Amino acid sequence: MRTILVIGSGPIIIGQAAEFDYAGTQACKSLREEGYRVVLVNSNPATIMTDEETADAVYIEPLTVEFLERVIIREKPYGLLPTLGGQTGLNLASQLDQAGIIEKYGIKLLGTQLEAIRKAEDRELFRALMREIREPVPESWIVESDADLEAILDVVPYPCIIRPAYTLGGTGGGIANNRNELWETGRKGLKLSMRSQLMVERSLLGWKEVEYEVMRDSKGNCITVCNMENLDPMGVHTGDSIVVAPSQTLSDIEYHMLRTASLKIINALKIEGGCNVQLAVNPDSFDYYIIEVNPRVSRSSALASKATGYPIARVAAKIAVGKTLDEIENAVTRTTKACFEPALDYCVVKIPRWPFDKFGTGDRRLSTQMKATGEVMAIDRTFEAALLKAVRGLEVKSKDLRHVAFAPDNCTDDALKVAISQPTDERLWALAEALRRGWSLDEVHRHSRVDRWFLRKILGIVVVTEALRQAANGRRRDEEVKADILRAAALGVPVRTIRELLGPVADSYGDLFVEAETQNVYKMVDTCAGEFESATPYYYSARESEDDQALISANS
Amino acid sequence: MDAYLVLHDGAVFPGRLVGAPGEAVGEVVFNTGMTGYQEILSDPSYAGQIVNFTYPMIGNYGVNDDDFESARLQPAAVVVREACDSPSNWRSTKTIDQLLKERGMVGVQGIDTRAVTKRIRSGGAVMGMVTTQPEQALQRLRATKDYGEHDFVYTVSTDKAYSWGIDGKDEMGATDVEYAATIAVLDCGLKYNILRRFAALRIRSLVFPAGTSAEEILSHNPSGILLSPGPGDPARLGPVVETVKSLLGTRPMFGICLGNQLLCQAVGGKTFKLKFGHRGSNHPVKDLEDGTVTITSQNHGYAVDPESLTGTTAHVTQLNLNDGTVEGIAVTGADASSIQYHPEAAPGPWDSRKHFVRFVDKITQG
Amino acid sequence: MKPTVLVLGSGPIRIGQGIEFDYSCVHCVWALRETGYRAVILNNNPETVSTDFDTGDGLYFEPVTLDDVLRIVAHENPVGVVVQFGGQTAINLADKLQGAGVKVLGTSPEAIAAAEDRDQFESLLTRLKIPKPPGRAVRSLAEARKVAEEVGYPVLVRPSFVLGGRAMEIVHSEEHLEGFYQEAEDANPGQPVLVDKYFTGTEAEVDVISDGEETFLPGIMEHVERAGVHSGDSMAVYPPVSLSGDVQKQIVVSACQIARELGIKGIMNIQFVVVDGVAYVLEVNPRASRTVPYLSKVTGVPLVKLATRCMMGETLRSIGYESGLWTRLPGPGDGTRLGCTANGVIQTETAVGEKGVETPEPPLYAVKAPVFSFQKLARVEPSLGPEMKSTGEVLGVDRTYEAALYKALIASGIVFKPKGQVIITVDDPDKVAAVEIAKELHCRGYQIAATPGTARLIAEAGVPVEKLNKIQDGSPTLLERLFEGQVSLMINTPGPGQKAGSDAARIRRACIETGVTCVTSIDTAVALARALPVFEDPTKALCLSITEYVRGV
Repeated sequence: MRTILVIGSGPIIIGQAAEFDYAGTQACKSLREEGYRVVLVNSNPATIMTDEETADAVYIEPLTVEFLERVIIREKPYGLLPTLGGQTGLNLASQLDQAGIIEKYGIKLLGTQLEAIRKAEDRELFRALMREIREPVPESWIVESDADLEAILDVVPYPCIIRPAYTLGGTGGGIANNRNELWETGRKGLKLSMRSQLMVERSLLGWKEVEYEVMRDSKGNCITVCNMENLDPMGVHTGDSIVVAPSQTLSDIEYHMLRTASLKIINALKIEGGCNVQLAVNPDSFDYYIIEVNPRVSRSSALASKATGYPIARVAAKIAVGKTLDEIENAVTRTTKACFEPALDYCVVKIPRWPFDKFGTGDRRLSTQMKATGEVMAIDRTFEAALLKAVRGLEVKSKDLRHVAFAPDNCTDDALKVAISQPTDERLWALAEALRRGWSLDEVHRHSRVDRWFLRKILGIVVVTEALRQAANGRRRDEEVKADILRAAALGVPVRTIRELLGPVADSYGDLFVEAETQNVYKMVDTCAGEFESATPYYYSARESEDDQALISANS
Repeated sequence: MDAYLVLHDGAVFPGRLVGAPGEAVGEVVFNTGMTGYQEILSDPSYAGQIVNFTYPMIGNYGVNDDDFESARLQPAAVVVREACDSPSNWRSTKTIDQLLKERGMVGVQGIDTRAVTKRIRSGGAVMGMVTTQPEQALQRLRATKDYGEHDFVYTVSTDKAYSWGIDGKDEMGATDVEYAATIAVLDCGLKYNILRRFAALRIRSLVFPAGTSAEEILSHNPSGILLSPGPGDPARLGPVVETVKSLLGTRPMFGICLGNQLLCQAVGGKTFKLKFGHRGSNHPVKDLEDGTVTITSQNHGYAVDPESLTGTTAHVTQLNLNDGTVEGIAVTGADASSIQYHPEAAPGPWDSRKHFVRFVDKITQG
Repeated sequence: MKPTVLVLGSGPIRIGQGIEFDYSCVHCVWALRETGYRAVILNNNPETVSTDFDTGDGLYFEPVTLDDVLRIVAHENPVGVVVQFGGQTAINLADKLQGAGVKVLGTSPEAIAAAEDRDQFESLLTRLKIPKPPGRAVRSLAEARKVAEEVGYPVLVRPSFVLGGRAMEIVHSEEHLEGFYQEAEDANPGQPVLVDKYFTGTEAEVDVISDGEETFLPGIMEHVERAGVHSGDSMAVYPPVSLSGDVQKQIVVSACQIARELGIKGIMNIQFVVVDGVAYVLEVNPRASRTVPYLSKVTGVPLVKLATRCMMGETLRSIGYESGLWTRLPGPGDGTRLGCTANGVIQTETAVGEKGVETPEPPLYAVKAPVFSFQKLARVEPSLGPEMKSTGEVLGVDRTYEAALYKALIASGIVFKPKGQVIITVDDPDKVAAVEIAKELHCRGYQIAATPGTARLIAEAGVPVEKLNKIQDGSPTLLERLFEGQVSLMINTPGPGQKAGSDAARIRRACIETGVTCVTSIDTAVALARALPVFEDPTKALCLSITEYVRGV
């Protein structure tokens, strides 16, 4: 029996959280299904992957080259799978390679090869490759010393973005508005980069940020698992952005133009497994730039897996041991193959969870350096309902789009303008408040650069909740109130919020709430929008007419 | 205004009107694409059908002037969960509701489209009606002809031949532009993007009505022949199949979708109706020659019967990975091949554009 | 059809409620499936194993709120709901669920309330004659002042019903009381504020499994940092290295008595502070805690599985366990047990001698160390205190305590260059220990630098030391030295009431910016010094699979 070594991602830190336990656990199961013996190394005990049930041998040892070499000597693995342990796993694999350990012990690197990883992660190599395949990348400058940095201070267009190479979640990165800021942030970034290398690039602030989760096998078969659009335009780390799947404001041509670019890139890189491609899209033309490529499973791939039902890590592990997409079963439907693209018949919203409730003095501004510790995801048939569900699940003080900090008594118009222009953990509520104050969509868009589509949806929620407040003051007629309640419930406003807004008036509409409640059904996430029968009991609630589970029970 | 989707089996889905008030009957089918509603609404292959979109929010990026696939809206009606009234996209000029109203198409929104989809999945494609007049709707629906009894191709095909080059549609006849080659397109329900793809490869397309004779087509001396997609039961297209038979072997030939079924019949094969068809942008197709799989855009309710090809000059070249149905055939000794899916995309993935390049290489080098 | 059980997840990962709870939820689901139930999960965190579609028999991807749970209950009609493994998110729903007529499995909502409600819990401890630090729940500043006077400063001020030590502070004098009282009140408005005597003792904690009668303790964990550092931010070692047999006995007896008195069915965590040989109860959490995966792995006892089966009505005895503390002997074979009867009377004295437990050298030491994300969070003050700040943890396991410490430290990212300077600047009470550390470091060839006060004491002890100035006093300052890049370690402990923005806080932030390890508790520094021989010769550490350590082979 052949042994495969899997490197975990170590302790949970911002930028590297539970998603790698999810990915690693799936991968271990998947490899054992294929008949391999799995040896796992991870220093983090609070993980399922370090259970005896998950791997054949578990080493809870420090994730250092020295300890990994000792594990390798003991276990004599045939192969090493480095792309499932986040940046930590990947960095360790390349350190093992540089130290000659991979070669010395004759270990086969499985999945995406280190050469491909270097091409994706080293800015210069990546840009060269993009030029070769004619995919656009923003103008940029590589900086490897303070002198390099000084030399470009008067050359780059401001604002510009600073991205250190080989760090977790963009640590040490940021946006510089002037030469002073570039000098300060740049020097810090140089220190934090594993390679003392950083990139300064043209800022694309305000462009749409779109991601594609793509997969490729050794035969060159490529698929897109999911695309995602960030509500927060370029400038906010995607881990700190509110993210929607699938994209909402891209036409078919735009969707497939970007999809084609993403597939072209993973083909050029010869990815074998999962990969994440981030793109910036001009909101007023067909222009786009490739921003970043993560040649491994990531937080985004965990989100994409949950958003679609497609188990990226499981499939990536099988690809790593030579299976092709058309040979792998679609584990959700069990009637089709992993070689297809999930079709969603719902909308997914992810909202990050930030630690500022604990760190009162922390800098709440969001930029290219991730600050969130976790995230929630919500699924529903409309964006409004999914958004409200996500907000409700965040376990922060606001259970809906009202926030006491932005109430008119606590926040002037000027302060609100700042709150919608400068992304923070609370910007969503500031946007809602601006719309509540009657600011036009155009004005809110101008300050926030958030796409009007999202703003219009938020406005819809604000309008109906305001109507309910009017009703509480007796300013709405009976039939208007009834319509308001049903409209609010249909948008996904929690019944609790509706009652709260209506105050004592709510008591006269008790039956209506009961009726609204009966419309709650559970729909299935099945990867195929209902096209095929599916065996997996993965549900979300929605206000619809038919319950997916009721049918299953009736049939069984 | 209230509107309803009524199914032949008696099921009624109440909703709200989108588009123009009225009533339309058609075969209810579902499409699982998450984008591409404008292309779908103008795709002639949807003639006679009521399209139920599985993606719940339709119209998010509006309707623009460029992404039409034909000169009119083609399906009988549409069914959506939600029609977006405030689209956002730089090219958008109107909402989907405005488009439907302008073109007089009826639609219904507020429908649990997943419930409709599952009904079709288990019971098969079914005749239905979208109407703003629910009284006796079922009787009226049941009095209409079935989808398979219509001849849609002749209603969607061009009335008169035209040509399409790098500047779009123009008149037949001489041109100053230098093209790599000229091809003949037999229009059974053509999508513009097929012509756009050819034009991008510096190919001029001469588009002929479905009823055009082989002699007429050959008199223009095309370098190749393209059999277009189109609506309806391919078994009803006897005369067109005869034309294809006459053309077969005279020039390199390539068929798309209905074109695949025409080529199949031209060599003596048969087609059959699928339970609910393939409509979406995510269908995996396996090439039997090199084993690769391509994600394709599909829209068809009928398929080639592989058994029926036994003993003919044609053989199966590609299969659908989901259900094993035929996705492509080739004819030995005639330089003719066809595929069941849509290399022109619009909507859908661009991964099979290579078929245009291959066909063009063939006619320009051969 | 199998009976359905709904397991509540813990929602998004945040500081204080991390991946550990996902671990527990998943194991609960697996245990339920094994024992013949249909286990359905509710959670809304996309990063987790619990929301993998094939973990349970059903997955509801919904917010973990009362209304959402009730809807799912109406839809699934489960025999009950599990709230013990989803952190504070889930346990907080217990009484409301019961109020809505939903069966809460295991420990009853009344018992949960009795454990979490200060007054009820205090009278329970009094009844059982179990010591706790003196103090009370108060509802006004005046009352808080009165309690502080009675018990004497320093006092620990914190809100009730809040996870992760939010707004918890050690108050050393009356002048600081008002501000911290206000913070604690704001953290959970409407709930009382707890004011307790703060003891500078050794902290210990246990996770216990109980069937309502008998109570099983898989192990005792001892904290490296003394009380006052949040348990989530302190290093912890299993088995204990400094607790006497008698203290361990007190812990076992108290745990058994509390579990039985509360009627715990499932799992509970209890924290103690040991002062002068007495184990005082600090708090109990009637749910799975963040140490459950750690303890499960290093003892080999499947804590969540046992808890789940007790919760579903089985007895410990029926699944092969009984009351008492479980310890393993080295080498293959059975463990020994510090037994006690259901009501907490020490019964089996197999391993108990005159001084209590005579612990044989255990087969392993396991040290948990916290990991922080301060690099990502500008303007956050990185020193350790009662409020939790870490985002994750690592485990170091080895046959010796020193090697386990070493592994925990390097795995948590502590970079300790073998050559270079160690800068020491500590608060007065820490100075004696700091001198000892300086001696040790000097013996091992490190250069020492210190701020004037500390430097004087170190020099007096005969250790060469460079005197560095505080920031405002001109060159050579601490900060300059840091940025020069020659510093291998900073030991900097905060004084009382120090807040973000102070000089010390600036130094600690500067360490983060420059990537220099900064130790902010003197106890951590002592541990680090203890691990120095292994740092110098890493071959002193083993490299074995966890199973090999646990089985002792």
